[in-house]
Amino acid sequence: MDTALVAIVSTGAIGGVLGVVIGVVAKAFAVETDERIERVGELLPGANCGGCGFAGCADFAKAVVGARALPGQCPVCSPDDVRNISQYLGIEAEQKEKRVAVVRCSGDCANTVRTLYNGIRDCRSAVVVAGGAKGCDHGCLGFGSCANACPFGAIEIRDGLAVVHPELCVGCENCVATCPKNLIVMVQASVDVHVYCNSPEKGAAKRLVCKTACIACRKCVKAGEEGQMVVDGFLVRTNYENPPTTDLVEKSQCPTSALRLASKHAANEYQGAAK
Amino acid sequence: MNEKPRKFKGGVHPDDSKALSASKPIQDAPLLEKYTVIMHQNIGAPPELVVKKGDAVKKGALLAKATGFVSVPLHAPTSGIVSAIDKCPGPTGLAIPAIEITADGSDEWGSPFEPIADWRQCPPAELRQRVADAGVVGMGGAGFPSHVKLSPPPGKEIDTLILNGAECEPYLTADHRLMLEQAEEVVVGAAIIARIIGLDTAIIGVEDNKPDAIAALEAVAGRYNVRVQALPVNYPQGAEKQLIYAITGREVPVGKLPMDVKCVVQNVASAVAVADAVVRGRPSIERVTTITGKPVVRPGNWRLRIGTPIAKALELAGGISEQPAKLLLGGPMMGIAQRSLGVTVMKNTSGILLIAGDEVSLYTSEPCIRCGRCVEVCPMSILPATISQAVENKRFDWAQQLNVTACIECGSCSYVCPSHRPLNQHFKWAKVEIQSKLRKK
Amino acid sequence: MPENESSPSIRLPDPAKLVVSNSPHIRSGQNIPRIMFTVVAAMLPACVAGVWFFGLAALEVLLLCTASCVLFEELWNRLTQRPSTWKDGSAIITGILLGMNLNAGVPWWVCLLGGLLAIVLGKQLFGGLGYNPFNPALVARVGLLIGLPEIMTTWNATRSMGADVITTATPLGMAPGAVEIKQMLLGNTGGCLGETSAIALLAGGAILLAFKLIKWEVPVAFIGSVAVITGIAHWANPAEYHSPVVHVLSGGLLLGAFFMATDMVTSPMTRKGALIFGLGCGIMTSLIRLWGSYPEGVSFSILFMNALTPLIDRMTIQKPFGYVAPEKGKVA
Repeated sequence: MDTALVAIVSTGAIGGVLGVVIGVVAKAFAVETDERIERVGELLPGANCGGCGFAGCADFAKAVVGARALPGQCPVCSPDDVRNISQYLGIEAEQKEKRVAVVRCSGDCANTVRTLYNGIRDCRSAVVVAGGAKGCDHGCLGFGSCANACPFGAIEIRDGLAVVHPELCVGCENCVATCPKNLIVMVQASVDVHVYCNSPEKGAAKRLVCKTACIACRKCVKAGEEGQMVVDGFLVRTNYENPPTTDLVEKSQCPTSALRLASKHAANEYQGAAK
Repeated sequence: MNEKPRKFKGGVHPDDSKALSASKPIQDAPLLEKYTVIMHQNIGAPPELVVKKGDAVKKGALLAKATGFVSVPLHAPTSGIVSAIDKCPGPTGLAIPAIEITADGSDEWGSPFEPIADWRQCPPAELRQRVADAGVVGMGGAGFPSHVKLSPPPGKEIDTLILNGAECEPYLTADHRLMLEQAEEVVVGAAIIARIIGLDTAIIGVEDNKPDAIAALEAVAGRYNVRVQALPVNYPQGAEKQLIYAITGREVPVGKLPMDVKCVVQNVASAVAVADAVVRGRPSIERVTTITGKPVVRPGNWRLRIGTPIAKALELAGGISEQPAKLLLGGPMMGIAQRSLGVTVMKNTSGILLIAGDEVSLYTSEPCIRCGRCVEVCPMSILPATISQAVENKRFDWAQQLNVTACIECGSCSYVCPSHRPLNQHFKWAKVEIQSKLRKK
Repeated sequence: MPENESSPSIRLPDPAKLVVSNSPHIRSGQNIPRIMFTVVAAMLPACVAGVWFFGLAALEVLLLCTASCVLFEELWNRLTQRPSTWKDGSAIITGILLGMNLNAGVPWWVCLLGGLLAIVLGKQLFGGLGYNPFNPALVARVGLLIGLPEIMTTWNATRSMGADVITTATPLGMAPGAVEIKQMLLGNTGGCLGETSAIALLAGGAILLAFKLIKWEVPVAFIGSVAVITGIAHWANPAEYHSPVVHVLSGGLLLGAFFMATDMVTSPMTRKGALIFGLGCGIMTSLIRLWGSYPEGVSFSILFMNALTPLIDRMTIQKPFGYVAPEKGKVA
């Protein structure tokens, strides 16, 4: 009994003394912090995706308070968030347009020839072996380097193809640099019509290896208004400066289904569409 | 100089399987209808086209000219018409531009230069220019332009020329047959290269599993003041740094070149190409290639023109008796797996190797059990297991600290790994990432 | 350009069936099960000796331990929905090693508990084979030793000691001078069922060395340093301390030095590291045996050095071929 008492008392005493010491030190050596930084940090979404170009949300909050960045630079913030932060800091809320990623390839395993590959399941690593062992030299390898880089789970690997879910994508751009085939571009979220092909090869060569390649038949160019779809070599691209309306996909009857709506592509509605 | 070669640290002893083709004399391949010469066959800048579709060319005529110092020209493998300039499957699996020549059947020479009969009197600079004009590259595998190696920058003294006849890769016997059948050309090539870099002697390093080649070389070597050095069998004996160490005892510093330890290394096949260019006035348009592997009906060694499609080459060897699991350009340790028969023979295609299914069954990688075998066999004394784990976690900075850049990609570590880890691919990947990071800076 | 147009009589490879992968394209044929089952073969002589001297009870313990390790490995993999791994042989090795580290007379539930400790606590919680920092069999042994000290320090007598003798002491527990070296070599003495026969253990060690499954540096440094340190102690005070011969031949030293300290996963990868590791084990063992409160210290010392392995690995990173020290003032 005695020993227990001694132990309790002595441990308690040590704890008390240390507590006092820590308290004094914390007061004496306290670091001045700007409470605004903390508050802005709370208003930010806290995803720490790095999409703003700063080292996480805390760093970005510091930059915003220090007027080195604008709240709108945060790709994850909704317009409401931006307004709240701007109001709190008493600065003007800028208008920003949401951007989303598009993986410009529709060559999943069902559509594109693939070679048997035995190696590391990572796109950036696979390219050192036979360029990724896909029939199309320019297509998505589907090992998911981009999906792994996405902090928001917006990229799905579906049958060997990376598919962006636009409603989940916040536009942080983390995926863009990971793609060894440079397939990912950032576009305005309001545009829904994209060409899901990025191969500069000739149409015939593309058709040999992929059912859903863009063969530059120009049906979409003719179906749309002047300048909405632009021809670039053996490839047609959406003109994001002058985007077409969503009914273009229906109107143009793309023979390879390379022309798709991002929303429907995400919902896997083009499966088996290629002839 | 010592007679006994040093043993470099590490190395492995795979079953060499050379018996399939070692006793088969080199055969000349018959003329084909079409050749597809891949545009970019060397390390460095690709050459620039000087012909256009429809042009008639003579055998040996210039097809593309060098576009800088580290670049080599290409020549027509036969006389005929340039029938297409298009993309063809490249050795890395990606399509690359190529020139298709449709033969006219006459196979008439039109070499852009004359033989230099008296090369012993010829100024070294002229000989070096000839090597460059003939488009000679390192024919052992790398495809590094030979004339670049023979042009040490001022201040770099060279005192040793080594000819690499180790041929340590299993299966390959092309260099073996070349040394045996064309010993004189090899030695003459060595003497010419020695003259270019201002030496009067050279050493030919040959693994001692080729005693007949050593004997053949020794029979002629004395006349040209060339010495033949037998080397113990130990893969990768033919890796440049290991070869230099075995013969001279010098260690090439990490990230440096052989010339930093006063050495120049050339492949024996490149030496023959140099001799051809100088003595016979012929550009580099053919090479000896081993076509082998268990599925091959008649394995052997052929003298193939650059641009010969792999499918045609395999037909020479009688085709296959069973579907192979892999088609390789080069040997089994460092060769590149192909996925198309449309690839064509290039200047550095030392072998066309088919590997049967039972030899390569698909490996799944298991966790490292830290057995340390990879550390034992690494000829560069790095820690493959540790680096591989760093790469697995995408810590390329750790990999760099652990000297992944010193790796020569010989594959010894992957060869012995009981967990079948893709070590070599990890290192290649890490090097790519480190390079791209450097480029960004 | 033409893909492939071959003459009909000659068969060419079908490109669609070709596999691409990075070089090298041939492998040595070495794999984990092969390594593991060679180790099992190397352990057999000592196991046979154990069964010979302690009777069928020893066989029962060995089988129970192995079965429980395999059982828990499979159970864990099922629970966590991972591929089954017991066939790779590592759980079998752990089981046999655990059995060899137990007295022949332990109750059945001790074997079961040992298997649980070894596989789940010692291995799977860290991520399975290759990721465990400590030797799983030793984790179980030490766990049992601390939790069940009485069961774990009672030693069955060997069969030749007579029917009236049921338990005995280990040589290290006896007074110096009372130990018979010949019996220790054979294994006719008290102790864990797998550690008594020095000859059988040495034979197993020879197999491991012959197949290059262990680095010679570990057992040599381990046993050597124990011999030297206990030798000095014995020379200084023969009445108090056993002779180095007894130390080397007794207890789990040979078992530990050849079969447990050399475990690939938990020992350093480089030869230099292995030497340091063996020395450390030897010094720790000697200190515990000579002056610690336990008569035996092999298990503790190996576990201790297991913990230091990452540090040793870091210390012994080898310089690459052609390494040049970075210039002063420059950060590499």
